[in-house]
Amino acid sequence: MKALRAATPTLLSLAAALAFGIVLLLLAGAPPFEALWLLVEGSFGSASKISATLLAWSPLLLASAGLVITFSAGLWNIGVEGQVIVGAIAATWVARSLPGPAWVILLATIVAGAIGGLVWALIAGVLKTYGGVHEIFGGLGLDFVAAGLAVYLVLGPWKRTGVASTSGTDIFREEAWMPELEAFGTGWPVVSVALGLASVLIVWLLLRGTRFGLRLKAVGRNPQSSFLLGIPTNTYMLGAFAIGGALAGIAGTVQATGFHHKLVPAISGGYGFLGILVVLLASFSAAWIAPIALFFVAISVGSTQLDLRLGLDSAFGGVLQGITVLFVMIGGAWSASRGFGSQAAREEH
Amino acid sequence: MALEIRDIYKHFGPVRANDGVTFAVEEGSLHGILGENGAGKSTLMKILSGFYEADSGEVVLDDDVLDLGSPADAIGAGVGMLHQDPLVFLPFTVLDNFVLGSPGPQRLDRSEARAELDRVSGELGFRFDPERLARDLTVGERQQLEITRLIWRGANVLIFDEPTTGISATQRLQLFSTLRGLAENGLIVLFVSHKLEEVEDLCDSVTVIRQGKVVFEAAMPVSSDTLVEKMFGKVFVEEVRESVPLGTPVLELSHVIIEEGTTRIEDLSLSCAAGEVIGLAGLEGSGQRTLLRACAGLLSPTAGTLSVDGNNLNKDSYRDHLSAGVHYLPAGRLEEGLVEGISIAEHLVLTSDDTSFFIDWQTADKIAEQEIDDYSIKGRPSSPAEDLSGGNQQRLLLAMIPDEVRLLLLEHPTRGLDVGSAAYVWQRLLDRRGDGTSIVFASADLDELLRYSDRIVVFFGGDVFAVRKAVDTDGEELGYLIGGKERE
Repeated sequence: MKALRAATPTLLSLAAALAFGIVLLLLAGAPPFEALWLLVEGSFGSASKISATLLAWSPLLLASAGLVITFSAGLWNIGVEGQVIVGAIAATWVARSLPGPAWVILLATIVAGAIGGLVWALIAGVLKTYGGVHEIFGGLGLDFVAAGLAVYLVLGPWKRTGVASTSGTDIFREEAWMPELEAFGTGWPVVSVALGLASVLIVWLLLRGTRFGLRLKAVGRNPQSSFLLGIPTNTYMLGAFAIGGALAGIAGTVQATGFHHKLVPAISGGYGFLGILVVLLASFSAAWIAPIALFFVAISVGSTQLDLRLGLDSAFGGVLQGITVLFVMIGGAWSASRGFGSQAAREEH
Repeated sequence: MALEIRDIYKHFGPVRANDGVTFAVEEGSLHGILGENGAGKSTLMKILSGFYEADSGEVVLDDDVLDLGSPADAIGAGVGMLHQDPLVFLPFTVLDNFVLGSPGPQRLDRSEARAELDRVSGELGFRFDPERLARDLTVGERQQLEITRLIWRGANVLIFDEPTTGISATQRLQLFSTLRGLAENGLIVLFVSHKLEEVEDLCDSVTVIRQGKVVFEAAMPVSSDTLVEKMFGKVFVEEVRESVPLGTPVLELSHVIIEEGTTRIEDLSLSCAAGEVIGLAGLEGSGQRTLLRACAGLLSPTAGTLSVDGNNLNKDSYRDHLSAGVHYLPAGRLEEGLVEGISIAEHLVLTSDDTSFFIDWQTADKIAEQEIDDYSIKGRPSSPAEDLSGGNQQRLLLAMIPDEVRLLLLEHPTRGLDVGSAAYVWQRLLDRRGDGTSIVFASADLDELLRYSDRIVVFFGGDVFAVRKAVDTDGEELGYLIGGKERE
């Protein structure tokens, strides 16, 4: 009952977002309910579509879980997009150069992705803690550098045999592909989904039950008090960057070895920035990430059908995601200003 | 022309900052407004200059009730305020600062503005290079620029809020002669200060405000005794607390120089023995906080030595000071002590000695229940810090102080607390003296200083002005010393 009361503003906002989406579809001259049904069918309509949705779900879970950590420390880790890219680049390097059996390469690509993302995040972290560069600006700059690096590698040193193409590097040999489980006539991305769900669980446990997590929250909410309480605030911020970056980097590994099976310029799939929206929608808590991220990727995957069947641009999926976040945030601000919901949330706590 | 302030009320939550303020000032007067910190002077001036809206009451100039809904309204009605920190845009030139905020068409006529700047500043006896950046002006020159601008905008009433903070002695003389000149030209000048000497030097008449009310009005000269008594009220100390035998020195400062902003504590030597309580008196911003922050390791002394239990901590970090047994409790309970959104139990986990990775929440809740009981905190283990009252926040902060502390540094330990809570806080603090803890605290409450200190260090203008034993002094003398004067 309490939980329901706390969720009421969010549910109302979701309903409003849906209504707004229907109005937009009408304005575009598309039959709204058919379009919405296509979204559902496009993401869950067959075994292979469900598999594709789950494969897209995993990197979003990883990036979002990492962002919960950095948000807890009070950091706007806009650099997450670059961390995904650098993770993918590191995983690609291992996949291309490391000989050996599949399981060795699997472990090595995951570790490499984590290290790549971690290093990229720590650059933003050091710039913030010791250089006085706000993490939003540092992160944004590093995003562009990472994207440029990916393009350079794809067209330069790692170009396809024969002719360089923005469609990506050569496909990795199959030992380097993230394993899938064959069932119901399609492959299931069990490893990447396990990585995604594990990351959410670990982050949830870390924030809920450990001294590290509590201190991180304290640093995020009031660095001044935390410092005076004797918490080494810079170390904790860097720790948050490291964990958030590592998880984003593993998301990059999943994109490279699990989805594209090569490095492409747009390797991140935008999951870093989308993760920020997911975490905003989950009010910065790990508990709600999984369903919200699933909802988001279902829209992304399903919206390709709009293009095929109704001639609507698939960008409509992104519009729907964006307005959902805006409406929920407006609803949150509205209920906070009326003291509604927060009381219930507090009682629940 | 006369300015009348009629029955102004203004409250912030339960605090009545202005509680029916009424007084009048004649044309051409230099009128002093005196009062200690928190007396309500600043609130009143902010109402006059349109920054705050009064709950009730009116301001009348020349029989016109003024509309003071915003600073723009106030200056339109002829009331201009010079803030403690002049409202000057540092990257702008003198000329741009001058025209900024003036009404007129979108297109700026800089040559006309320049002529006006020359004319008005000439009349006032100031000289400016219009193209100079405000950044390169001294604080005194920035004030002159502000005065010029306000006069040009047609101010008949000029309010100066603590204008001598941060300017040199020569600049002060110059400012005073400017103020006299303005009054001679028929303007009303309100001079807000807590420095007795300045008001005595400068003003024709004075109004003293205490606890939001006008308690005294007179034409100058008035004896300093009277002014001190009116500002602080009578201070009575009934009970004498028992002292504990003092031990060896815990905190030792030797020829220390500490600098922070405009504050400079010069060559201070002081020691605080085990079981001793030292009170730091003075108006806000006179250097007490700077000294406490240096002792806590948040500032490094630029010269001299600062040691605790004989260990020189001069260059050591805040965390080194913590491990040396120094504990600092700043004034901002929710800003610099507790963390909003984090519960009582979580605060106690944050400060506990236990370092295990996983938290056992059952035990944590039990410990929290125990401390809540022990310190009579009104709240549950799950209550977030911001839901507690000021007194209960302070009790939680007390519960968070580790058991073994050598030196306790406190800033306004009982500010905003009711009498019962304040007495409780002090009882818990004084109990720690038995374990050889030294206490250094800053307070604006003379009663508290006299009641709980062994010695009192009085700060004035960023430096130590006097040191007295609590038993050898009284509220009246402290009032003088805080105002920067020895008792006559």
